[in-house]
Amino acid sequence: MTAISPETEAGASSRLHPLPVRLMHWVNAVAMFIMIGSGWKIYNDEVIFGWLHFPEALAIGKWAQHGLLWHFFGMWVFAINGLLYLAYGIFSGRFRRKLWPISPRELISTIGAALRFKLGHDDLTHYNAVQKSLYVGVILIGVMSVISGLTLWKPVQFSELLALFGNDFQTVRLVHFLCMAAICGFVVIHVALALLVPKTLIAMITGGPRVPSAQPPASSP
Amino acid sequence: MTKIKRLPSPFRPHGGIDQSVFEQNKGLVELIGRRGLFRGTFSLGALTMLTGCDWGDGGSVEQALRAVSRWNDLVQAAIFRPDHLAPTFTAAEVVKPPRFNAHYDVEDVKPVDGRTWKLEVSGLVNDKRSWSLVEMMSLPQQELIIRHICIEGWDYIGQWSGVNFRRFLERIGADLRARYIAFRCADGYTEALDMATALHPQTILATTYAGEPLPDPFGYPLRLRTSTKLGFKNAKWLTAIEVTNTRPRTYYSDQGFNWFSGI
Repeated sequence: MTAISPETEAGASSRLHPLPVRLMHWVNAVAMFIMIGSGWKIYNDEVIFGWLHFPEALAIGKWAQHGLLWHFFGMWVFAINGLLYLAYGIFSGRFRRKLWPISPRELISTIGAALRFKLGHDDLTHYNAVQKSLYVGVILIGVMSVISGLTLWKPVQFSELLALFGNDFQTVRLVHFLCMAAICGFVVIHVALALLVPKTLIAMITGGPRVPSAQPPASSP
Repeated sequence: MTKIKRLPSPFRPHGGIDQSVFEQNKGLVELIGRRGLFRGTFSLGALTMLTGCDWGDGGSVEQALRAVSRWNDLVQAAIFRPDHLAPTFTAAEVVKPPRFNAHYDVEDVKPVDGRTWKLEVSGLVNDKRSWSLVEMMSLPQQELIIRHICIEGWDYIGQWSGVNFRRFLERIGADLRARYIAFRCADGYTEALDMATALHPQTILATTYAGEPLPDPFGYPLRLRTSTKLGFKNAKWLTAIEVTNTRPRTYYSDQGFNWFSGI
């Protein structure tokens, strides 16, 4: 193999956000929208907190059964897309390159810089420690929302999962609810920051700047 | 192989099904197709309808979602573990009285007279004799202290006893290879079980709660209780059962709730 110039090497796969990542990101956005909106409909039928009812105008589904129909459709989209994303992130090395390591010292200094509005946005290709923590955190919460959701759906068939939650059905409901709340919190921050730095939003549509190839070129025979 | 004779079913209209029903609903039937599913799932229209502008009856979005719900029935049947027992509890944990739920208020419950009550039996069974309450009580009794989970999200521990449903089906000579059991109730409610759930060791026809005859709101004289279904599948005030290979329509699944509703 002859030496390849950076220009010819740079295909779609060497964008900051390769096509599969962008597709999975937007499929996930739609799935989350469905799951959260229909989840609010289901929650309203038997609230966990007496003071909290979600506005019916924001809930998905006219009656309880429609919220449930949406939720048990959306779960397939959310879970399958999520599994593909995890597999891609692990096997392509993207998680290792982009999200690891997270330095506690950098985390503190980044939070400080963010609070003083002195955060740099010039290099989209490098995630700061706060970004890394938020992304790793929301991925783990997404996994937990699926595990707690599976347990709510099948507490008897998957009684082994229920045992993880102390065999208490209402505990699982609470965990599932808290996952939703955490994801909502993430979405607020994520969307606000993406709108503050619009090129990040555009990058998730177009793919963003070209980055050096993920794998160092193998020494050719 | 012995062929089991079928008697007229109390669940179906006499004289067959009026074919004009199909003609009238042809458009609806055509909507429930793969194309409807595809369009409903992926179209931009689906997004605009998310908050429910098209939820009247039989909108294409709802039809697509119901098709997914049928798929979920298949998945639930596939992951069902026929011998896997739900956790049981102690008598000290039992909630008395249990929480009432129906599609009407507890004041509107119409009590059933246990002295004249009969359980009709029909479909793929050898012995279609009706059963009185005394006869049901004379069969071996099984107690279940299990968690009741409502589709709304609440749960409680209940203590039920009655006839093991598998033993009852064997007793009436039911074809255990049939696919479904349909239930009809005194208040017009209809429910159904898949055969695997009917044969699960924790499925009973209950006559008592916490050691006392069933209170009227909870299904006196006879109700279904199974550990592997959501609450609404556990039909109360049973008056008839039918063993069948035709998937029975049920009160709540007609409205869009999932048919299988296993837990």
